[in-house]
Amino acid sequence: MKPFIKHSGIVAPIDRVNIDTDAIIPKQFLRKIERTGFGKHLFHEWRFLDYEGTQENPDFILNKEAYRQSSVLLTRDNFGCGSSREHAPWALADYGFLLIIAPSFADIFYNNCVKNGILLVTLPTKDIDDLFNQVEGKPNTEISADLEKQVVIAPNGREHSFEINSFAKECLLKGLDQIGWTMQFTDKIDTFETHLKTNQPWLVTS
Amino acid sequence: MFEKIWDAHLVRESQGDTSIIYVDLHLVHEVTSPQAFEGLRLTKRGVRCPEKTFATMDHNVSTRTKDWSLVEETSRIQMDTLSKNCKEFDVTLYDFSHKNQGIVHVIGPELGITKPGTVIVCGDSHTATHGAFGSLAFGIGTSEVEHVLATQTLQQNKSKTMLINIEGNLEKGVTPKDIILYIIGQIGTAGATGYVMEYAGGAIKNLSMEGRMTICNMSIEAGGRAGMIAPDNTTFAYLKDKEFSPVGELWEQAVAYWKTLSSDEGASFDHRMDIKAEDIKPQVTWGTSPGQVTSIDGVVPDPDSFTDPVERTGARNALDYMDLKPGTPMNNITIEKAFLGSCTNGRIEDLRVAAEIVKGKKVHANVEAIVVPGSGRVRNQAQAEGLDKIFTEAGFQWRFAGCSMCLGMNDDQLKKGERCASSSNRNFEGRQGPGGRTHLMSPEMVVLAAINGKISDIREIL
Repeated sequence: MKPFIKHSGIVAPIDRVNIDTDAIIPKQFLRKIERTGFGKHLFHEWRFLDYEGTQENPDFILNKEAYRQSSVLLTRDNFGCGSSREHAPWALADYGFLLIIAPSFADIFYNNCVKNGILLVTLPTKDIDDLFNQVEGKPNTEISADLEKQVVIAPNGREHSFEINSFAKECLLKGLDQIGWTMQFTDKIDTFETHLKTNQPWLVTS
Repeated sequence: MFEKIWDAHLVRESQGDTSIIYVDLHLVHEVTSPQAFEGLRLTKRGVRCPEKTFATMDHNVSTRTKDWSLVEETSRIQMDTLSKNCKEFDVTLYDFSHKNQGIVHVIGPELGITKPGTVIVCGDSHTATHGAFGSLAFGIGTSEVEHVLATQTLQQNKSKTMLINIEGNLEKGVTPKDIILYIIGQIGTAGATGYVMEYAGGAIKNLSMEGRMTICNMSIEAGGRAGMIAPDNTTFAYLKDKEFSPVGELWEQAVAYWKTLSSDEGASFDHRMDIKAEDIKPQVTWGTSPGQVTSIDGVVPDPDSFTDPVERTGARNALDYMDLKPGTPMNNITIEKAFLGSCTNGRIEDLRVAAEIVKGKKVHANVEAIVVPGSGRVRNQAQAEGLDKIFTEAGFQWRFAGCSMCLGMNDDQLKKGERCASSSNRNFEGRQGPGGRTHLMSPEMVVLAAINGKISDIREIL
């Protein structure tokens, strides 16, 4: 996983609540057995007019020339709700989104993004409203984020600080191999399993 | 109860930060696992506890045929990949043709693999289903699937707790599905984000295990990390003599432990909600989010009636997609498809109550209706009871087990513009097929809608 330290990029505003993982990446693209190549299917049903994805919907924001290179997504409550499919962050990252800002995110989606080097920033609704006002109808507007300092810098220069759990922060900053990190505690897992066999012997399967 | 299970599974605690918790059971299916197994291969890691890992095929399987060669190619590759991975890593697999195959959240409980007091994970958001047994069960992403395969643990932040207490008696025609849709309607689809929800009270105690599973299953639709219900005699009676349940002395020891799991008298919760069972009417969704729901005697709301501008826009988008006008009564909306099945309502009890309504009636001429049992065992049991005959004689299609039209990953899909009465869990845009329109409701109301050709109030026939 690539570390996330700082990022600055063009922001695409999508003013909708409850954008679910089915909308981010529809089920017909979940049949792959690889982690790569999902970006071209991101927001498929909004981005394309046909099922095959050959005709772009000119009204959808990411199809507008000024937003094609966006790497920051500004959106509304409960982004990433629904299915646990990690294909959603794979599609977002593969398209180029590294930073997503919203008033709230779904739990599983949040964890999945941390595993894929995407920083999710939660800000109060009034700040989100304010960002929408600065961004909407103004292509090529940039927002930046500094994870070390835990701040997002709005187009008007205002700094918004945000909260992040310290472990998630460390994982993102270092691009940590999280399985490797847990494996340094293998002795603790061994001890736990020994106790489990004594305390709950009915869980022991052959 | 959440605290007790959490504490009992801490491998490494970090107060106020990410801890490592132990996973007792890991359920695996074909769609969210291939990249995880590939990750193990690339890093030369193995599966730490194959005996605590069970796999099946559900999302992709055809419900029309058991002939492998007729399955669409990319689906077949994904299922082949799961077979190869399970063989290589020594994981038990109930494949396509195995008698135990079925939706992962249906087979865990019916085989007794699901047990109270355990931590259960699966690369699927409806894993919360298993919380009906008093376990801590939740969905994870593919990177986490790989993490559990490699270490049998998970890095987790401790959730907050929410108690939903429901007292009183449910009125006739009101089902567990209506309870959970009502709760989601009350608290919203993000109302429980960051929380583990515990459902309690007299109305919950009176429910069967199937009903409890329906409720816990849709906790994720309220944003909840997990949903749980304290294990009691109903739970123990359900689990007794299941294939993977303990026997003899071990059974006695297990039950004694399971009885200690329920929340202590006066336990504190971060949030509490009280509901009177009598306030709940049969529910049906009108929009494209499970929280956009009303009672069957309600009407499609006017977007302008929402004070919150974001909700107003959401309602407007939803009505546009659903092709519904404000003020339209929910009762009598015409449908073209009906789907009875899914991990929410594809268990034997769901099929029994639905068959009771269908008996002697016919599916409406303008409706295509399918019944998809949640597992091979549910299907066999239903056939042994003659339920399949009741459905097929009425004009329902009787299918093989799988996730089917709940998410339409196989060929069971809505066509553009088709409207469906569905016993599943999500009414998102395109969920059941691109351009398809989903109305969520109880299994009883699904079959009644199929018969009448329109969404109908179950109470009118009781």
